[in-house]
Amino acid sequence: MSKTLVEKIWDAHVVKSEEGFPDILYIDTHLIHEVTSPQAFDGLRKRGLPVFRPKQTVATADHNVPTLNQLLPIKEELSRYQVDMLTKNCAEFGIELYGLGHPFQGIVHVIGPELGITLPGKTMVCGDSHTSTHGAFGAIAFGIGTSQVEQVFATQCLLQSKPKTMKIEVNGELGKGVGAKDIILYIIAKISAAGGTGYFIEYAGSAIESLSMEARMTICNMSIEMGARGGLIAPDQTTFDYIKGREFAPAGEEWDKALAYWKTLYSDADAKFDSVLTFNAADIAPMITYGTNPGMGMGIQEHIPATTAQPETEKVSYKKALDYMGFDDDSSLIGKPVDYVFIGSCTNSRIEDLREVASFVKDKRKADNVTVWIVPGSKQVEQQAKNEGLDKIFEAAGFQLREPGCSACLGMNEDKIPAGKYCVSTSNRNFEGRQGQNARTLLASPLTAAAAAVTGKITDVREMLEKVEG
Amino acid sequence: MKKFTKLTSAVVPLNIENIDTDQIIPARFLKATTREGFGENLFRDWRYNGDNTPKPEFVMNNPTYSGQILVAGKNFGCGSSREHAAWAIQDAGFDAVISSFFADIFKGNALNNGLLPIQVSDAFLAQIFKAVDNNPKSALEVDLEKQTVTIVETGAQESFEINPYKKSCLINGYDDIDFILNQKQLIEEFEQAR
Repeated sequence: MSKTLVEKIWDAHVVKSEEGFPDILYIDTHLIHEVTSPQAFDGLRKRGLPVFRPKQTVATADHNVPTLNQLLPIKEELSRYQVDMLTKNCAEFGIELYGLGHPFQGIVHVIGPELGITLPGKTMVCGDSHTSTHGAFGAIAFGIGTSQVEQVFATQCLLQSKPKTMKIEVNGELGKGVGAKDIILYIIAKISAAGGTGYFIEYAGSAIESLSMEARMTICNMSIEMGARGGLIAPDQTTFDYIKGREFAPAGEEWDKALAYWKTLYSDADAKFDSVLTFNAADIAPMITYGTNPGMGMGIQEHIPATTAQPETEKVSYKKALDYMGFDDDSSLIGKPVDYVFIGSCTNSRIEDLREVASFVKDKRKADNVTVWIVPGSKQVEQQAKNEGLDKIFEAAGFQLREPGCSACLGMNEDKIPAGKYCVSTSNRNFEGRQGQNARTLLASPLTAAAAAVTGKITDVREMLEKVEG
Repeated sequence: MKKFTKLTSAVVPLNIENIDTDQIIPARFLKATTREGFGENLFRDWRYNGDNTPKPEFVMNNPTYSGQILVAGKNFGCGSSREHAAWAIQDAGFDAVISSFFADIFKGNALNNGLLPIQVSDAFLAQIFKAVDNNPKSALEVDLEKQTVTIVETGAQESFEINPYKKSCLINGYDDIDFILNQKQLIEEFEQAR
């Protein structure tokens, strides 16, 4: 029987399937961090249980760590306690931890792939909704709550109902200045912040196949922003080339065996999806969000849709969002001054993102009215950026290169955007207060963020790229 | 886990769509390492001003409204996987949340804590909001066994879906870990067969 990629991987991991019950799904790799794990460890203690398969669990500290002076003790008491608790729990339960100061430390969804832990065909979970990122390798990867973290600790399994499947095809060539972030913001704007709920999404089509692994991770990362539990892309030569030689990737005979299996991981030609959507890459412009959920996005030259054009039941919420942002119906965002630019998060903090920004800002300087933070996704990304001299370019441009962590994406540490200020951010959520109380977030690509940093206002990066070439 | 069978209560209406988990419990309150105490920060930035004084216009600060059922607009609980959102709602005294659509992870988290997420039709949700508009003390009756929710005043009733396994977990107060632990031998056999 023909199967979708999701079905192939799912079926290979079902321990037990029984009518009227969710499947018992085996989990290959469990990633954990300091914020959503302590209560799960506590639960194990209360039940008197060990971690069933500690070697299949990897920990790092990322959500609640400072991005300056990481080697000094964390100043804020609760944060220090939370990070220390992770260290203690990992020691007690025999889990490998890449904590602060470790050369492998970083955002959990950046380090998994770069260490070769994330592999095609795996099932992976983490107490973080952006676990969907790992789907870029052709893995089933999804975010879970803390009770489920405890479940995986105790049994290396999860009770899960098989999701519905959706295929999103993007075909054709992307225009100049348009990247993976624009693709995914475009899709979310088209199908809404809830349009993918209940589905696992497979991204396909020529525009997706032509993307690098970093770009594919950006796409899969934001699957959750349309409500989808996960998103994945069939592995191909680009995937295999990325994995080969990484720290924990299979090698030698193991590699050959793994590769032979990975090459079977694609949706069969006549596989049935519950839903199929098709988009044309040429229709996508650099995107920017204007509201307080990631579905409220538009091409950068467009005008904000009018409240009167919204469905009756949604008008109040829509108006509330525009009021929060301080934007008017039918207005354009071009030329709107910005206060902060944040380049980072599990969506866009990989070396390719930093290279793209560096190549754009080389010999340019940030506008005086803007504070620019670049927060690399991991120690390895930070080191690579320095090896390539990107740090010097950022310094000359007045951009501050900080140390790895989730940082201003969720404003859990001290990296917060002040009330009322506008931040063009390469992160994944523009919710009210996400980046700080009453902070206003505009989600965009690294290039669009870099353009805003240089001009001090919302700018169509394509015009700046043309100037360079003209 | 907390058991759930039947509940009759007035409601706290929050007619806003796409309420995300950052509104339910902002990230800066996720530093605690226990499950307790998140209720005081539920909807923190909608409920309190920057100086911690209550915002009188927010429904939870209006003594007219009270009850163990939170009723919210569609796509409730979107965003982050933080289970703290379910803990905060429960800690603030709610036993059920009604909406016309729930985000997946939130729904799972709620069920894993004995907080019942009830998905009703858009039309029935509108009826509930209307009933509460007319009479803030208007009560709902939730019957998990029968899978129904009833507006007591009008008698209007709708049935709701729930996975039969999760339903029995809620009624009996047991959780997924209790269930899977009984299957450990199967899990080990699965590992060996790979």
